[in-house]
Amino acid sequence: MRYAMAIDTKKCVGCGDCVVACQTENNVPHGYCRDWIVENVSGSYPNVEIELRSERCNHCDNAPCVRCCPTGASHIVEGGIVMVTHNECIGCGACIESCPYDARYSHPEGYVDKCTFCKHRLDKGQNPACVEVCPTKCLHFGDLDDPNSDVSKALKNRRWKVLAPEAGTKPQLYFLT
Amino acid sequence: MKEELFVSGRNIPNIDPYLHIWHWQIPLYLFLGGLAAGILFFAGYFVVMQKEKDMQASVKWAPLLAPFALALGLFALFLDLKHQLYFWRLYTTVRFTSPMSWGAWTLMFITPLSVIWVASYMKEMFPRWDWKFEILNKFEAFAIKYRKTMAWTIMALAIILGVYTGILLSAFNARPLWNTSILGPLFLVSGLSTGLAFTMMISKSKYERKVLGRIDLILITVELFLITHMFMGFLAGSAAKIEAAELFLGGDFTVTFWAFVVVLGLIFPAIMEILELRGYHVPIWIPSTFILIGGLVFRFVMVEAGQITRFLY
Repeated sequence: MRYAMAIDTKKCVGCGDCVVACQTENNVPHGYCRDWIVENVSGSYPNVEIELRSERCNHCDNAPCVRCCPTGASHIVEGGIVMVTHNECIGCGACIESCPYDARYSHPEGYVDKCTFCKHRLDKGQNPACVEVCPTKCLHFGDLDDPNSDVSKALKNRRWKVLAPEAGTKPQLYFLT
Repeated sequence: MKEELFVSGRNIPNIDPYLHIWHWQIPLYLFLGGLAAGILFFAGYFVVMQKEKDMQASVKWAPLLAPFALALGLFALFLDLKHQLYFWRLYTTVRFTSPMSWGAWTLMFITPLSVIWVASYMKEMFPRWDWKFEILNKFEAFAIKYRKTMAWTIMALAIILGVYTGILLSAFNARPLWNTSILGPLFLVSGLSTGLAFTMMISKSKYERKVLGRIDLILITVELFLITHMFMGFLAGSAAKIEAAELFLGGDFTVTFWAFVVVLGLIFPAIMEILELRGYHVPIWIPSTFILIGGLVFRFVMVEAGQITRFLY
């Protein structure tokens, strides 16, 4: 099993619903977020192009945060989800430094926090909160090993890219372009 | 073509607009770790070389500072932790892929060893020293008996500690400025040099200062060579590496790095040491102080600048 997410940059309107849904679902403290919207504007007037991306932890196959963690608090669970055990985390910041996507932050309570693909919801057979609320249905989630999953179907017929592949982390967020 | 990135809905403390999760504690810790590694390495080295008589400051007096430097460094590291009550988790596991884990374990061994080292010389340094308890006298005799083994161990651990202060940073692929394998040797050499500088400063023997000065000159030359190589590597590298190097070649850290680290922290003390060797009288505290300050500034600059650099996407 390999969980992954495909984000349709042509459908995303940057409304931020995914951000708010995540903050509510996961009790993210005020001023912090586990997912966010990037607006990538390129070109110059009148030939301007904009790409909207809903970004979060890439749940990398070769996760540098897991490699650098001195206590094993950062670990990978079944399905490839990168998780942090709060009471094993010492808050040293090594994983935050090691993430090319700046997807982790230091929770005000001390431990490091990040996107979990809403594992507590997956366990109940539900989709992550951000996927559930997206009004344009631009987030596709599922198991890459299952050819009938939403994410596999989305990747089958579209061009896609991953962010900073040169970092060698084998990220699992696929951006449909 | 112009390209602009906007990140909306995100202003996380210490992460946005650019990463600043490590503050003064980490560079101070790296400096003190390197300093202690330098002092202890040469203490061990001169014992192994059977130069104890000639190199009194290196073997006996300078190591007095090491346990304090290590303890202060560890305290700084502790202050940096954000989940401090759980710090003991470092010592419930060994993680070979994590430099932070390596460092924590190395310190766990070298700190007590440095205390034992100092203790084994207490009576030589302070003739009226009294251990009060018989068991401590026995322990001292034991430590003196195995001093040579201790010297080899402390040299090995000091090298691991010195290299580790650089590898701690270079293991982070995500920060192009740090992600160069030359950082390990560079921090080691810089640490050894700061250790020597301290020892030179407190040494009362002219002969010892001369020997240490010569070694230090070699170390400074190696350091300059490694710094040159580091920049050659960056400039021949990917866009992210070039951008990292530009912070020092016209960017925000240019003056701090070249003026304070390279010129005042390396070249100037090297010239002073050459003059001293040539027979001119130079007060030893001048090159020593400049090397120590240069080493400290170097670590601050590397930690600050490294966090700004990132992959471009």
